Amino acid sequence: MDALILLIPVSLLLGGIGLAGFLWALRSRQYDDLDGAAARILFDDNPRKEPPQ
Amino acid sequence: MSILGRALPVASEAVSTGACTHCGAALAAGQDRFCCNGCAGAHALVAGLGLASFYGRRETEAGALRPEEAPPVLDLAPFAAAPKDDLQRLDLMVAGLTCGACVWLVEQALAAERDVLSARASLTARRLTITWRGAAARANDLGALLARLGFRVAPWSPACLRATEDAEGRALTRALGIAAFGSMNVMLVSVAVWVGGDMGPALRHGLHWLAALIGLPVVLVAGMPFYRSAWAALRAGRPSMDLAISLGVLATAGMSLSETLRNGPYTWFDGATMLLALLLAGRVFDRAARRRARQSVAELLALQEGLVNRLLPDGRLEAVPAEAVAAGDRVLVAAGDRLRLDGEAAVDALLDAAATTGESVPRRYAAGEPLPAGAVNMGAAFTMTVSASAKDGSLAAMARLLERAEQAKGRFVAIADRASRFYVPIVHAVAAATFLAWWGVLDAPWQVALVNAVCVLLITCPCALALAVPAVQVVAVGGLFRRGVLVTSATALERLAGADHVVLDKTGTLTEGRPVLLPEGQDPATLRRAAGMARASRHPLAQALARACPEAPLAAGVREVPGQGLEAGAARLGSSAFCGLGTSADGMTLVFRDGEGAPVAFRFADRLRADAAASVAALGELGLPAELLSGDGEGAVAAVARQAGIAQWRAAADPLAKQARIAALMKAGRHPLMVGDGINDAAALAAAHVSASPAGATDLAQTASDLVLQREGLSALPAVIRIARQAQSIARQNIGFSLVYNVVAVPVAVLGLVTPVIAALVMASSSLVVVLNALRAAKD
Repeated sequence: MDALILLIPVSLLLGGIGLAGFLWALRSRQYDDLDGAAARILFDDNPRKEPPQ
Repeated sequence: MSILGRALPVASEAVSTGACTHCGAALAAGQDRFCCNGCAGAHALVAGLGLASFYGRRETEAGALRPEEAPPVLDLAPFAAAPKDDLQRLDLMVAGLTCGACVWLVEQALAAERDVLSARASLTARRLTITWRGAAARANDLGALLARLGFRVAPWSPACLRATEDAEGRALTRALGIAAFGSMNVMLVSVAVWVGGDMGPALRHGLHWLAALIGLPVVLVAGMPFYRSAWAALRAGRPSMDLAISLGVLATAGMSLSETLRNGPYTWFDGATMLLALLLAGRVFDRAARRRARQSVAELLALQEGLVNRLLPDGRLEAVPAEAVAAGDRVLVAAGDRLRLDGEAAVDALLDAAATTGESVPRRYAAGEPLPAGAVNMGAAFTMTVSASAKDGSLAAMARLLERAEQAKGRFVAIADRASRFYVPIVHAVAAATFLAWWGVLDAPWQVALVNAVCVLLITCPCALALAVPAVQVVAVGGLFRRGVLVTSATALERLAGADHVVLDKTGTLTEGRPVLLPEGQDPATLRRAAGMARASRHPLAQALARACPEAPLAAGVREVPGQGLEAGAARLGSSAFCGLGTSADGMTLVFRDGEGAPVAFRFADRLRADAAASVAALGELGLPAELLSGDGEGAVAAVARQAGIAQWRAAADPLAKQARIAALMKAGRHPLMVGDGINDAAALAAAHVSASPAGATDLAQTASDLVLQREGLSALPAVIRIARQAQSIARQNIGFSLVYNVVAVPVAVLGLVTPVIAALVMASSSLVVVLNALRAAKD
């Protein structure tokens, strides 16, 4: 049972990182356009424009 | 989120024979690759940018991307904001942005412009944000680029989406994320306690504390949406589903905490957090489905919103929003423009007032006669002196009438609320009785009595009941969205299922609401030439002529003589006087004459929709007898009623009369469905039990309606009613199921036999059954 002392904090830490990631993604508006994000991944971005001088 | 659906593409074959390479519309005989010059230009533009792979992936409706020949000119420059020096930012609403490929095309085409720094489009919100370096006037070039690609743009207005609504949605999603995280982690700990029968009390105590450590904050934070709503319901003195949920969750958390303190055998934190996660998931989906419909309505409205050309004292024109115009200002009304304000003109004006009065034929208004806002100028451009500002005008008066009608209608009590009014007091009484029986009668310790009482609350906590209706709503609203029907009100489907009478407006509802060429055996070659010329004009009749022959290419060298007609070389198209035939008062005829050749007349009329009679019959079969209520004259109304197969009709009904008729029907115990499109229908729409507006309805009518039909025609209505009834019956089944489940589960809880394992199992399984049953709701 000694393993629990290590494993429980580790699992909580991992879960906490996941939750923090979710909250960050929500705050940076990544959940605002789910349809667009799903479609966007299928296309290449190829900016063919020379940078403005 | 696929359950919510997306508008289905009507034709997805992109480059098959017989379809326009750019917009996908069917090609007419003799056309090679494109249906019109605009599409050919758009295709060349796309190919020139190296973006031709768009055509392999787009999923737009056929014809949706056909560029307009004469797009409305709107100065976008004032809408650009400058967050920093030398940097401009513009938010646009883009119509036609319906698939991932469209988003890609728009973003890439704009990014290829040298000075554009970023272009980002949101597919959900149809919102495009562009930033560029340089002058604000570049906004018009960028807008024109999008128009050439076939996308219609309008400035993004706050009305498109209320900011608070967005924030509320985010708060719900956040609560869902927290509850899901919490329930999964608490479950990990709880499973250890359930199966660890040989666990020492010290370890168990530690695990209890761990569960409390995760569970308590989660219950407090993720449950906030419910607590807030419950508090509001409590203050209003009305028990609601949210009150039952809040009490159940908080009591369970409190009881679990006391069990943790005294190191009891079980805690119920897993049940409380799982309950929150399931309920929040239902709410998030419900919201997303309706938000999408509201978004589409807002998009339609934004495209209709226009600017007014105000005449400055020095003779210059200035485009301003209608709200900014004061009484006494002079504005220019171009041919084909819709009047945004009331006023009077110094000259005669020919106006189509179908939207305001229901008259189907344009009428000549004498100089000085008051002109109603909402009418369309069918004649020459004229200058109008505004008689009332937007907020004092006839449109605003109609909006106030609408508001009063909505208030008078009273609050419709949804089936879920009706169920919870009985359910909540009963459940709480049973829980209280359980506590008293164990503690007072059976002399159990108060902790044991409390655990059993709270178990009753937990197990009856209306998980299935709270999901029963939203799950059905999500599926049905998503299914309707795919059929092009927007449901904007939460209780619309329920009210629609109960409708037993239908009241229809004539102009624009049963009829097309716009002039259509009468087929009178005109020579096809002449029609083609005339349509080619007509394509250059925004006049409603010219546009109707162009629509009658969509394959006609735009004629070269067309010159518009304002108020009279079009000229291309020796050929003339316009009023009969313009073609040298003397004057005619009829505003529904165009004459085409090539030099001194024989003149050809094209007559137009508002026509009954092709599916009107069939839809009326189908509604009748569903038990909704139809009635026609129109502001037009008796002859026209009787003719349409006969053609559509409607026995009961009434002519010359003004807005108040329409509203009164609806009120009389409601008083007689009927549940009328009102279908209308005009400004004069808005009050009746708001007063009716449930209301719908067809494609192309005025913004006021769409705002007043519960349902907006996006596709042409009324044939969607019978299907919508069938889906609504089906959804209603499934919702009843779901409620029935949750009640039966409670009848079984409550005695188990009262007897004190419920362990957290049983609670988790029944909660999850009953929710699953309800959700699976709801999936059937989208079928017609």
